Amino acid sequence: MNKARSNPLNTVAMHCVLILYTLIALFPVFVIIINSFKSRRAIFREPLALPDAESFSMIGYQTVMKQGDFFLYFQNSLIVTVVSLAFILLFGAMAAFALSEYRFKGNTLMGLYLALGIMIPIRIGTVAILELMVATGLVNTLWALILVYTAQGLPLAVFILSEFMRQVSDDLKNAGRVDGLSEYTIFFRLVLPLVRPAMATVAVFNMIPIWNDLWFPLILAPAEETKTLTLGSQVFIGQFVTDWNAVLSALSMAILPVLVLYVIFSRQLIRGITSGAVK
Amino acid sequence: MTALTLKNVNKSFGTVEVLKDINIEVDEGEFVVFVGPSGCGKSTLLRVIAGLEDVTSGEVRIDGEIMNLTPPSKRGIAMVFQSYALYPHLNVRKNMSLALKQEGQSKKVIEERVAKASKMLNLEPYLDRYPSELSGGQRQRVAIGRAIVREPKLFLFDEPLSNLDAALRMNTRLEIANLHQQLDASMIYVTHDQTEAMTLADKIVVLRDGRVEQVGNPMELYNNPANQFVAGFLGSPSMNFFPADLIGDNAELTTGIRPEDLYLADEGPISARVTHVEHLGGDTNVVAMMQDHQITARLFGQHEVAAGQPVRFGYNPDRTYSFDQKGARVA
Repeated sequence: MNKARSNPLNTVAMHCVLILYTLIALFPVFVIIINSFKSRRAIFREPLALPDAESFSMIGYQTVMKQGDFFLYFQNSLIVTVVSLAFILLFGAMAAFALSEYRFKGNTLMGLYLALGIMIPIRIGTVAILELMVATGLVNTLWALILVYTAQGLPLAVFILSEFMRQVSDDLKNAGRVDGLSEYTIFFRLVLPLVRPAMATVAVFNMIPIWNDLWFPLILAPAEETKTLTLGSQVFIGQFVTDWNAVLSALSMAILPVLVLYVIFSRQLIRGITSGAVK
Repeated sequence: MTALTLKNVNKSFGTVEVLKDINIEVDEGEFVVFVGPSGCGKSTLLRVIAGLEDVTSGEVRIDGEIMNLTPPSKRGIAMVFQSYALYPHLNVRKNMSLALKQEGQSKKVIEERVAKASKMLNLEPYLDRYPSELSGGQRQRVAIGRAIVREPKLFLFDEPLSNLDAALRMNTRLEIANLHQQLDASMIYVTHDQTEAMTLADKIVVLRDGRVEQVGNPMELYNNPANQFVAGFLGSPSMNFFPADLIGDNAELTTGIRPEDLYLADEGPISARVTHVEHLGGDTNVVAMMQDHQITARLFGQHEVAAGQPVRFGYNPDRTYSFDQKGARVA
């Protein structure tokens, strides 16, 4: 950073604002985690107190482990998220490459058509999607979820990635062509590594909504063997009684994998968001 | 034998015509420079020759064969790009050998050619480095090396020096000239810098708005420009133009005099007021206003001239040019 412009007062103020925001953002997560280690009575008596010797209890985690096949749910969520992300990134990048690289009739129109999905929430089509899945026999399979999430993620992915791919030097791609590389090699070996930060950005933006989604698992794949983690946690929320210990424990465990994936992508993500702003 | 023939080449992007009826021949071993202002279509022309763009109509022949639909890698060409365009994930050795690998050359041939090219360009110490670890001049040499190893029939250079600083530009220019002598290959070189054009070319092609304005060797173009555009484009500082009636000629015509053909003379026919003086040591450039036309005189040696002072210039009437209103050369 430029030394002449960094006034210590400004720096302190800036950090205060950022720290305050971090606290606000982390507060719900913090409450979930501390309460997941408390007994049911302690949760309601003092929701904000840290667990102490008296109120500490692992009952929530024990319930989660005993009831339902928690690891299967976990595995389902992971499969759906990872496969969907892989499809979104692969097909999104390919479409973006075609839109940004090749001149063909209707190029702009196609780009707009693909971007339209950003503006129309996919849930509006739930009934039609359900009918489609019933007709194709995909109900209660993970494929139903993977396909829907891929469709949901593609518009934004194409939009962001094509913008980044336009910035990849034409000379580089042309050098590849003169050297006899195929279009696929140019795409995979030259262009993709250069838009890696943008790919990470797209991955993170898509990962969290997919992981957390309750809507589509509930409608398209509610069977025991295809339940995702979010749906699986719902068994503890009853119409009359809710097992808060179990819900909070399940949610605490659900945060972990997203956290790990986020840490993997975050370095790239920051570069993706700030690239272009500074050369 | 002609290395390259372009016959009635047209290229348009949608309704925009970028190249209009281009006819050019390049002989084997010739160094041809395409020169023109930005947007004149010279880079597009090069990309058409390389096969990176298709022609809208016309014929592209390389080494006698029609290449209109041949992909770039099969045309027997190699190209050096303005931004170097090195593969960032490969080291220098692999950057240079990639094309040969794609051609299916044996390991031995690849090694020999890379060794030869890197020796020619003094790149031997850098073979295992990555492009990000090289300076601008070194990167440009790698880009040239990548072209050399393919032993192409035709080299294409797309403004290869415009990203280099002035001193390096001069050195690299000399290197390219040497290279042309050593390799004895045909080269096509695109630039907007008329100094590069004048110093490197066997033959210059001046382009404007997608049309060929004039083709010829550098001195021919300099001494005998076909029109006002070519006259003004070649030479630095550029030629002075003013209405001919200022020196007592037909008012319909424009007179052109090169800055070096003006000299200080107490009784000279051109009177002007100095507005700016550039002392370059070896030369002195005097910028003056002749009524409301700016003229530049390039005087050899050092002269004591100050801004604001009135001066008179003389010139040799044999070394003036006349252009009609459309810019065509009259005399």
